[in-house]
Amino acid sequence: MRNLLIFISKYNAFFLFLIFEISALAIFVQYNSFQRATYINTTNEVTGNLYAQVNRLNNYLSLTQINDSLARENARLHNQLKSSYYIDTTARGVVVDTLYKQQYSYIEAKVINNSVNRRNNYITINRGSKDGITKNMGVISSTGIVGLVVSTSEHFALIQSLLHKDSRVSAMLTGSREIGTLLWNDDLDPRKCLLIDVPNHVKAKVGEEVVTSGYSLWPAGISIGKISNLHAKGGGFFLNMEVILTVDFSKLEYVYVVNNKFALEQAGLEAQKKKDD
Amino acid sequence: MIRVLITNLIRFVALVFLQVFLLKNISLYNLSMPYLYILFILLLPFETPNLLLFLLSFLLGLSIDAFYDTPGLHAASCVLMALVRVLFISVTVQKDGFDNEPEPTLGNMGFTWFFTYAALLTVVHHFFLFNLEVFRLSEIQYTLLRFLLSSVFTLFLILVSSFLFFRRKER
Repeated sequence: MRNLLIFISKYNAFFLFLIFEISALAIFVQYNSFQRATYINTTNEVTGNLYAQVNRLNNYLSLTQINDSLARENARLHNQLKSSYYIDTTARGVVVDTLYKQQYSYIEAKVINNSVNRRNNYITINRGSKDGITKNMGVISSTGIVGLVVSTSEHFALIQSLLHKDSRVSAMLTGSREIGTLLWNDDLDPRKCLLIDVPNHVKAKVGEEVVTSGYSLWPAGISIGKISNLHAKGGGFFLNMEVILTVDFSKLEYVYVVNNKFALEQAGLEAQKKKDD
Repeated sequence: MIRVLITNLIRFVALVFLQVFLLKNISLYNLSMPYLYILFILLLPFETPNLLLFLLSFLLGLSIDAFYDTPGLHAASCVLMALVRVLFISVTVQKDGFDNEPEPTLGNMGFTWFFTYAALLTVVHHFFLFNLEVFRLSEIQYTLLRFLLSSVFTLFLILVSSFLFFRRKER
């Protein structure tokens, strides 16, 4: 026993190394494999508030661009108003709509922390569980798809950006309506993604638009990008196409969190089916 | 003693702030990212007990992780770096020389020693960090390229800041 103690104290550096390294790796592996909400991230109140303070300062530097984008967004919304349409019939019956029920609602949020230059990028926004945000909600911006919510605290939410090792989005070509999977390329260019798993016989064109398919958490038809290269990577039976993203992730300021009101029902049904099988 | 404590405390906070609010936004062509915060571990006094050294490295890593949304990643790299520091110092520095040189700074130890020390520790830290972050062999080319360029960038910043706060050894 005494010898053991002497041995341990002689090589204490190594044993201390083992203890701390194992605890660090335990935190790392646990967080990565289960996407479990840990306390060590930017949704925690201390880091979140610090980022919010610094972000307030940074806002002044990009006021022009924000004003421009807000003006454009306003114009787009004005175009959709009823009052901007010319009514060409004189008599209209009032229809109380019982057939359509609203499926998606949108919560606007401000980006307070963002990155594009790492292998796995996350975005922090200033809305949290208090505003009705929960895990696994889709996030879009006025120009296209952004990511999905992975963890929330009372006032902040953490978004796994599209620029992440594990991000997968079901995407559709607008011309042929063919479905594929969108993921981030391993050359880590924040402007490009890879559209894979589209069969070889599909005649895709360079410049064709790619939108969401509606099979994942985002509403159908949200724009993703344009095809820039048809054979970006050898793919055998499948086309692997390069897509230029419409969203400029490095200049992200305002995003919308998509609340799918039937998501729970759908997930419950699919889980039940899996259990039955 | 108190002076050493306060100096290191300020250095810890200053380096974490510098890293997460300034250097986090800097990257050259998405390939080269500086991680200057490891300077804190480099500059801890020679006589720091091993337990304290590992504990501080772990805490430093965790506080960086909290801002980078990567729990455990930087902590693991920093702890490995602390082990290499212990080994390197036990091989190259005589035990009885500690009275004269309390801290392994550039001014105390000379350029050659400090450069080797900083380079070795930076390379170990970055290699572990980048490979653990990606954790895939299929992207090894990009990972190695990013690791090499980032090490050069970090080392450059470490040397610049060392010359900035350069103080010659008092004899």
